[in-house]
Amino acid sequence: MKQALILIPLLALPLVLNDFWLTQVATRSLILGVMALSLSFLATYLGVVSFAQATMAGIAGYTIAYFGPNTVGVGTPLPFWVTIPMALIFATLSGALVGLIARRSRGIYAIMITLAIGVAFFYFTRQNYTLFNGWTGFSGVRAPEVAGVSLRNPLLLYLLSLSTAGIALALVSGFVRSPLGLTIQAVRDAPGRVLALGISVTTPIVAAFAFSGLLAGAGGILNVWYQERISSFSVGLGPIIDILIISVIGGLRHPGGAFVGAVVFVLLDTFAVDLIDRERFNTLIGVVLLLIVIVAPGGLQQLAQDWAARLRSPQAKPKQASEHS
Amino acid sequence: MNKLKLAASALALCAMSVPASAEDVKVGVISILEGAFAALGQDGIRGAELAVLETGGEVDGNKIEVITMSSDASPDSAVNAARKLIEQDGVDIIVGPLSGSEGLALRDLSKSYPGVTFLNGSSAAQDTTLRDGSDNFYRFGGDGAQWMVGVGDYAFNDMGYKSVAIVAEDYSFPYTQVLGFMTEFCEAGGKVPEKFWTPIGNKDYSSVVYSIPQDVDALFVALGGADAVNFLTQYSQAGGDKPIIGGSITIDQSILDSKGPFKKLLVGAPAGTPTVSDYDGDEWKAFTASYTEAFPDGFSAPSIFAHHYYMSAKAAVMALDEVDGDLSDNHAAFRAALNDLTFTTPTGGTMRLDKNRNGIIDNFVTEVYEREDGTLGNRVVKVVRDVDQLLGQDEEAFLASGAVSRDNPSCP
Amino acid sequence: MTLFLIVTLNGLTLAALYFLAASGFSLIFGLMRTVNMAHGALLLLGGYVGYSIVEATGSWGLGVVGGGLAAGLAGAIVQAGVLGWMQGDELRQTLASIAISIIMADLMLWHWGGLTYQVELPDLLAGGHRLPVLGVGYATIRLALMGFALATGVALWFLIQRTRFGAVIRASVDDQDMLRAIGYPINRIFVLVFALGGMLAGMAGVVAASALSIAPGTDLQFLLSSLVVVIVGGMGSIGGAALGALLVGLAEQYGLAYAPTYGVVFTFAIMVLVLAVRPQGLMGKAEL
Repeated sequence: MKQALILIPLLALPLVLNDFWLTQVATRSLILGVMALSLSFLATYLGVVSFAQATMAGIAGYTIAYFGPNTVGVGTPLPFWVTIPMALIFATLSGALVGLIARRSRGIYAIMITLAIGVAFFYFTRQNYTLFNGWTGFSGVRAPEVAGVSLRNPLLLYLLSLSTAGIALALVSGFVRSPLGLTIQAVRDAPGRVLALGISVTTPIVAAFAFSGLLAGAGGILNVWYQERISSFSVGLGPIIDILIISVIGGLRHPGGAFVGAVVFVLLDTFAVDLIDRERFNTLIGVVLLLIVIVAPGGLQQLAQDWAARLRSPQAKPKQASEHS
Repeated sequence: MNKLKLAASALALCAMSVPASAEDVKVGVISILEGAFAALGQDGIRGAELAVLETGGEVDGNKIEVITMSSDASPDSAVNAARKLIEQDGVDIIVGPLSGSEGLALRDLSKSYPGVTFLNGSSAAQDTTLRDGSDNFYRFGGDGAQWMVGVGDYAFNDMGYKSVAIVAEDYSFPYTQVLGFMTEFCEAGGKVPEKFWTPIGNKDYSSVVYSIPQDVDALFVALGGADAVNFLTQYSQAGGDKPIIGGSITIDQSILDSKGPFKKLLVGAPAGTPTVSDYDGDEWKAFTASYTEAFPDGFSAPSIFAHHYYMSAKAAVMALDEVDGDLSDNHAAFRAALNDLTFTTPTGGTMRLDKNRNGIIDNFVTEVYEREDGTLGNRVVKVVRDVDQLLGQDEEAFLASGAVSRDNPSCP
Repeated sequence: MTLFLIVTLNGLTLAALYFLAASGFSLIFGLMRTVNMAHGALLLLGGYVGYSIVEATGSWGLGVVGGGLAAGLAGAIVQAGVLGWMQGDELRQTLASIAISIIMADLMLWHWGGLTYQVELPDLLAGGHRLPVLGVGYATIRLALMGFALATGVALWFLIQRTRFGAVIRASVDDQDMLRAIGYPINRIFVLVFALGGMLAGMAGVVAASALSIAPGTDLQFLLSSLVVVIVGGMGSIGGAALGALLVGLAEQYGLAYAPTYGVVFTFAIMVLVLAVRPQGLMGKAEL
């Protein structure tokens, strides 16, 4: 019922929006939201903030570009029903690898090791020409055609992104209720006790990272179709920080908030130029981020819930922002 | 200030909601208006606006509306800017972008929008037009190789350098610049025994400095901005004394104005560029006067970016004028006019396109000289007219030598 | 062989600069558990202010002190105004300091523009020396860097291990409540530590602007190098920072000389390797 309330207007969106709003705002928000979801998932259920999500998304994107049609003459074209699963598998494996490297790091240490992995990957793509085509990267990447219609068609790409977002959210909520998902949350809350029970903490941590890699990879595939290109810029510090900002705006401990954050971010990114001097865009985004961190550490999602709760029962105290900090 | 801007943009929003008359032509200009390049990117916008101002803002009664968008030097942001201009603002023509990778990205994007005509700003990647070009993407300017024409020849014949080592940033623009230099230099009989490709943004070049072979006659340095300052400082501090040859963005005025100990190394250094700010040609003087009158708060003279955006926007308004603003049938008449367009550039040459829609340009060989007051400047030693993208070579042979890379070209 | 020795020397001198840049970061983290992601912005601020002072007065020493004071003041404001309110919530502090660094970088770009600045050295440090044995010219400032780094390291160690102020700081890390109970103004002490860390960053910024140059983006470069240095060495240990700086400086220079294509990846690969094997860094104490 609740889902239908959200889903119906979203399905009706293409009827009211022009191509620009549908693609540049709605679709882009959904794609960035899926990438940010991969971060929010880790933050919520494993308690780890990862800066390597742009890397995992990038690996999926680069796979699509390398094994797909492109205009730079690097790579081998394969049919899309091979490249898509392959991209998801590579992204998942890269997530597992990041998890394996960072398995013993918590809190700020995890932030920094994942940041190092992200930056190392960025420099590697910039320097390597045989796989990543260096600085220039891949251009002319085309989304596959189904029955003669390109998936890059505004309506199709929107619906595809919407269903990906829906599936991703459903996967997250299913995964966290599975035995493995519960173990992951146990690792977050009391790693010592999990160890005492004789369960290895490595497996759940690696699994959580791998799963986040799968989510990021799905976003990465959509992103490379949307942009029709990928380069070292797509995995640099800019996108790394953008994904973080989106998750924080939405609320790091609310997976669904990633999409709220993405909409706010995309609107700011697209229209701030009409309101303030473009040169000062970074100040604006920095101030927004700082305000969220200071005023609403639970993000906009939490803020909205608190207000809703207050409206319903004026006496009730808002739920604590973070149950597990 | 900000309130004013807000009011202005509110006005602009109102203006946009008034349905534009069918004949109005909307031109979107994309440049880098944020980050470290913002000041230079702004000058590109000035160049485009100047070309429109000179027509009085209209062609044959069709008003020309200019809408600017910013990118952040990344190809993704340039594509997003172009999409917003096309899909939200409904522009007919796009002028821009500024940098090489952005140019390649917009060239690819242009294939998805056959109803929009793209005119390159100042981006200078070779393949934007040479390989896999796009029918609606035009460049009224040169690429990074064209911008070096004349220098290799001058270094070998006039300066007498037989062997040159190269220090350059490790990405496509310097590769192309090296091609422009080496094509002439190697053909004349020169040798390039070693190339040092350094990561862009590298700060500490000291280990490169000590690896430079002692038996070369000069160094060709294709680094930009802070990288050039750092390299030249460290090279001179380590006692390096080889003469320098500069790329198009290596020896700009800000480097000549800085107080680094490397200045004595630079006196007499040749470089290649399509734009010399204080060139004393008549057309350039007129262009500079028109620029400073229109933009009192601009630079003291148009930069390379103002120059190139100006040429593209000028081509657009001239072609529009020729077809009386007729953009019907996917700009068919307008594009035909662009293809056949010929005009006199601010540097006094004749601009026209080759069959790949790439400009045939003028290029300068400059050298650093000491002014009477002890400051340094660049002065023109040679003008090369009618430089085409094939660098005067046979097309088949030129294309057969393949795309530029770390190892191509090579003449050790 | 000569080249190898020179590259080694380059690595050592670069390590000295990295140590200077990372010392303030390490100090703040070691004592307060705060990851100050605005560290690079403080360093760049110090560099810009130092440049302006040297331009105005012609005195390099004054520039270093002034740059240090400006960044120290900014650091104190950051701690007193924002981060201090989140003491203990490390993740929030990290995010807030990222926001502050984004804002600071943009405002500095506004004021100083996108130009590259180089601080003019005093005659004593400008120019080069002919090195004995190796027989090549070498920049005096780079040799001086090693002296600066040594002096800073010793001074920090002395301050923390041998002075009353240092004892109070160390105690406040171990047991804040107790210290507060016996009447020490903990919050003010933390602001002071932040000011000290900021000052070190600012002075390093002026030195970096003299030995190399500063421009927009320098903040991120030094933030990343400081992160790597401090993490590899072990968070909060001055000796660890020195060891980390050595590893990073040498890796960068060997990479540039012998494998320029992937040299820039080495630094980060080293960090990943160290952390994967020893999450607390080479000389860090294991966390509970």
